[in-house]
Amino acid sequence: MSENLPEVPEQPIARTGMFGTSGSGDTSGYGGLVVRRPVPVSTPRPYGSYFDEIVDGLDHEGVERVVVDRGELTVHVAREHLLEVMQKLRDDPALRFELSLGVSGVHYPHEVGSELRAVYHLCSITHNRRVRVECATPDDDRHVPSTVSVYPTHNWHERETFDFFGIIFDGHPGLTRIEMPDDWEGHPQRKDYPLGGIPVEYRGAEIPAPDQRRSYA
Amino acid sequence: MTTEATEGKVYDVAGQDWDKLTEAVAESSEERLVINMGPQHPSTHGVLRLVLTLDGETVTEARTVIGYLHTGIEKNLEYRTWTQGVTFVTRMDYLSPIFNETTYCLGVERLLGIEDRIPDRAQAIRVLTMELTRISSHLMAICTYGMELGATTPFLYGLRDREMVLDIMEYITGLRMNMAYIRPGGVSVDLPAGAVDKIGELLKVMPGRIKDMRKLLDANPVYTRRTKDIAYLDLTGCMALGITGPVLKAAGLPWDLRKSQPYCGYETYDFDIATQTTCDVYGRYQVRVTEMEESLKLIEQALDRLTGPLKNQPVMIEDKKIGWPAQLALGPDGLGNSPDHIAHIMSSSMEALIHHFKLVTEGFRVPAGQAYVPVESPRGELGAHVVSDGGTRPYRVHFRDPSFTNLQAVPAMCEGGYIADVISAVASLDPVMGGVDR
Repeated sequence: MSENLPEVPEQPIARTGMFGTSGSGDTSGYGGLVVRRPVPVSTPRPYGSYFDEIVDGLDHEGVERVVVDRGELTVHVAREHLLEVMQKLRDDPALRFELSLGVSGVHYPHEVGSELRAVYHLCSITHNRRVRVECATPDDDRHVPSTVSVYPTHNWHERETFDFFGIIFDGHPGLTRIEMPDDWEGHPQRKDYPLGGIPVEYRGAEIPAPDQRRSYA
Repeated sequence: MTTEATEGKVYDVAGQDWDKLTEAVAESSEERLVINMGPQHPSTHGVLRLVLTLDGETVTEARTVIGYLHTGIEKNLEYRTWTQGVTFVTRMDYLSPIFNETTYCLGVERLLGIEDRIPDRAQAIRVLTMELTRISSHLMAICTYGMELGATTPFLYGLRDREMVLDIMEYITGLRMNMAYIRPGGVSVDLPAGAVDKIGELLKVMPGRIKDMRKLLDANPVYTRRTKDIAYLDLTGCMALGITGPVLKAAGLPWDLRKSQPYCGYETYDFDIATQTTCDVYGRYQVRVTEMEESLKLIEQALDRLTGPLKNQPVMIEDKKIGWPAQLALGPDGLGNSPDHIAHIMSSSMEALIHHFKLVTEGFRVPAGQAYVPVESPRGELGAHVVSDGGTRPYRVHFRDPSFTNLQAVPAMCEGGYIADVISAVASLDPVMGGVDR
């Protein structure tokens, strides 16, 4: 699996903050400490607990890396193989993740090439185990295969993730907005979408969107 | 009022004109009728919209439309500190606020790596308040349910009994709902003097009240005919649709996170999982009532610990970088304050004042990573996917709310049944729209 690891970026990891901040009055060195382009980590074996069994049982070329953190197992899967991996996770007798707890989206705008993530939490009632499957997609080609055929419960969850992040789940039976109005523009949970986003209108006055208000910070 | 549209005639009812509608429909030769139920319909449990295609009285297609109560809580969380987040998440599923807070705080605590350092007394108080909330939530589910089927007595009984629980919650936390009581690291304040007596009183009265409810409904011929074999959903259907909670337990699977993946020390309590094998509305009602009875057992055990071995223990983690003062006294202004802490920061230590100021305004930093710690809420598995980038604010928090997922079962439960049973089916899922739309 180690040969599947993404390459370590050649240029040094860009850091700002700690004597490198600019554009703010902060001289403490702490403000805006940002570490860009973290190297994608993969936990070395053994993972401990039942995690080794799951990864051994999964043994699929689609698995990009495995992260064990704080007692939780995360399997990063390439989107081309997502459907097969999910099918195997559900049907393989050694794995048997019958129950899916849905899809959650995360937007990492600074991780170029894998900005958007679809995160699936699966639960095996047979073995009383949990696993998290993470599938990354670049922002300029936001496509992830739909897993509704494997887990029908993903129907609404994928619609929600599409609504909030703009990830297009290919093969979804009816990918429409679910929480926001049908004619809404933009995907509100993305990091480039400001809080509030639209000005609040009152009779005779208008309150600007929060990001356009005066700031004291 | 009728208008012609491409799909057929559109009838509009504004109230007081139903006779005109029935006349118009009686004249029409069309059998297929599409009706729009909600979002402002008294028996859709909040702003839920159902689009039902009818053939006579049989529902051939049922579609649910949600999003009318979307408030962007998850987005707002990203602009507050980790501690302030509790105040937001408690407003999601407003009938079981303590559960939202707990799953969020357990996630934050896992990210902080302080799961083992949470005081036992705080965990016992969490169990106590969670089980109290479970009772109030189930009472609401059962009583509104009775009302939607046309019985007002269960509603009045249920609200009266729920009031007892809310009074206790108000006495402990200061608020009836949306308490923001559970905090990362423990709970915001210890039980006030007299709380134990009040809960003891509830333990005396509530079993009788639950019995009354059982007497009223368990063998009630009208009730059983409206609920037995209605809205059937078996185990396969539950698994495929991701349904958890009473609906799953009524399908015969004893899956309860309090037993299978315990949190807050549930493994040390003695209680049973309520199950039924009928897969219908009546089974779900039975599961809820039995769960209330089991909750009373749990409350009793938690209370024994709080008055016994855990007396005078701290209720907030003893870590100055995370915990706020939690042993509060009622000040002359009616607000809870810690006089010792105020004396310390205001008159003896400048550093402590700075520290307190930074902790309250800026908040603590949470190491980067992600966590998901689900809890068994009255409606099923409730979990918060909490992501941190190492800052003082959540990077992303996603709530897996059971109401949201369970609502997907409406077509499976209703299609092929009568329209009157749609009400039964939706009510038996007990969806809370605040949790669905967040």
